[in-house]
Amino acid sequence: MADKDYAMNISDRRPTGKFITPILKGLGYTLKNFFSKPITIMYPTERREVSDRWRGLHRLKVDEQGALKCVACGLCAKICPPQAITIVPYEEAGGTRYPKEFVIDELRCIFCGFCQEACPKDAIELSKVYDFVDYQREDFIFDIEKLKNPEKFIFNGK
Amino acid sequence: MLEFMTILIIKTLVAFVVSLLIVAYSTWIERKVLGHVQLRHGPHRVGFHGLLQPIADGIKGFFKEELLPDNADKPLFLLAPIISIGAAVTLVVIVPFGDKITIMGREINLYLTDLDVGILLVLAISTIGSYGGILGGWSSGNKYGVIGGLRGTAQMISYELSLALAVIAVVMVSGSLSLIDIVNSQTGLWNIVKQPFAFILFIICGLAELNRTPFDMPEAEAELACGFNVEYSSMKFALFFMAEYCHMFVFAALVTTLFLGGWHGPVVDGPHWFFLKVFIVIFFCVWERSTFPRLRYDQVMSFGWKILLPFGLLNIMLTGLWMLVFNL
Repeated sequence: MADKDYAMNISDRRPTGKFITPILKGLGYTLKNFFSKPITIMYPTERREVSDRWRGLHRLKVDEQGALKCVACGLCAKICPPQAITIVPYEEAGGTRYPKEFVIDELRCIFCGFCQEACPKDAIELSKVYDFVDYQREDFIFDIEKLKNPEKFIFNGK
Repeated sequence: MLEFMTILIIKTLVAFVVSLLIVAYSTWIERKVLGHVQLRHGPHRVGFHGLLQPIADGIKGFFKEELLPDNADKPLFLLAPIISIGAAVTLVVIVPFGDKITIMGREINLYLTDLDVGILLVLAISTIGSYGGILGGWSSGNKYGVIGGLRGTAQMISYELSLALAVIAVVMVSGSLSLIDIVNSQTGLWNIVKQPFAFILFIICGLAELNRTPFDMPEAEAELACGFNVEYSSMKFALFFMAEYCHMFVFAALVTTLFLGGWHGPVVDGPHWFFLKVFIVIFFCVWERSTFPRLRYDQVMSFGWKILLPFGLLNIMLTGLWMLVFNL
C-alpha cells in the first residue's frame, strides 16, 4: 500500500546499530554553523534592501519648482479598491488644477499600486518605506505634507 | 586564629562571587552559542554584544510579580527553590580552583576545603539538590509539575548510579577520594587518557543529572510545558534557573578535576588552566544541547539501566584487572 511510504513502521524505528557516527556528524554540523556568519541582521540599525518594485508608503511627487505634480484628476481615488484616497480638487482662474486636500488612509490601503499605475501625471508613487508604526489611528491618515516625505517615517527603534 | 578566619572568609567570598559570576555568564554563553549555532546573533542589545544581559535578567527577575497558585502546598512550594539553589551553591565548596599560592608571605590554598571524602560529598549534595525539583513539581498542584517531578526523580535515581560507577573508576586509578589528591595524581598524564570510557560515561550521566537536553525529562518543553517549574514565577523561577546553571558549573569543574587534570596544564600550572577547561566543558554542554533532540522517556530509562550501568560495571572490572596485571 501507498501508506507505507509515509507511515513509519514500528520496526523501522528500531535502532539501526549506528550511533556514534550520526552523533559526531550532528556535532560537526552545529559546530560548522557556530563558526559561520549569522544570517539574521541587526534590524533596525541594519536593514535589508528591498526590491525596486517594493510597494510601501505613498509619496506625492513634486516638480522642479517644488509644486505638486498632481492635477487632482481623481483617477487614483476612482481606481483605489478599498477607497482609501480622498481628493478635494481646486482650480485656479488660469485653469491650473491642484489638490486642495489629498488624504490617504494608510490603514485602509492595501498597497496594490493601482494609484501609481492609474496616474497620468506620474504624480504618486509607492516608496520603499515598509515599517511605519504609530500609536493612534488618526496618525495613519496621511495628508499632503506627510505624503510628500514618507522617508521621515522609517522606524528607528524608538 | 583571627588571621585564619579572615583568610577563610575572604576566600569564601571570592569563591562564591567568582562562581556566581560564572553562573550568570554561562546563561549568556548559552544564549549566545545557541544563537550562533542557529545562525542568529543571540543577545546583542544590552551592553557590548549583550554582555550586561544576565544583570538585566536578574533585575527583571526581582521586579516581576510573584504568583502563588491556589492549590499549591505553600510551605513546600516556597522551600523547593531554596533547597535547589542551596544545594547547588554548597557544591562550590569542594571545587578546587588552583594549588597553593603565596600572597604577602602567607600560603593560601585556592580551594575552600580539602575533604577526604570530597567526591562523595558531591554525589550526596547533588542528590539533595534534585529534591528541589521534585518537591517543586509536587507542591505546585499542577499535573505537568507532578509529572516533571516524577520523571526527574526516576532519571536522577537511574543515572546517579552510573555516575557513581564512573567516579569509582577514577578513584581506583587515583587512589583517593579527595579532589585535591585526584588532581595531584594527574600531574603527568590526565585521567582522560587513563579512563576514556569513564570519561564518556561521566559526561553522559552528568548531562542527565543536569537535566540538559538529550535528557531534559523533568522540563520537556514540548510535552510538559516546562515541567517541574511550570508554576514558578519571578525570582523563585530565577532561583531554579540559577541552580541549574550552578550545577552546570560544578559539573564542568568536576569533569575538569576528575578527568582533565584540574589546574595542571602546559607551561605554568594555575587557576587559569582550570577556568579555561571549565569554559570548554560549559561550551560543550551548550553545543551538545544545540545538536541533540530529546530522547523518549522509555529510551532514557532503558539507556540508563541496560547500557550505561553494565558499561560502567565492565569498566570498573577492566580497570581492576588492568591494575592487577600491571601491579599498580
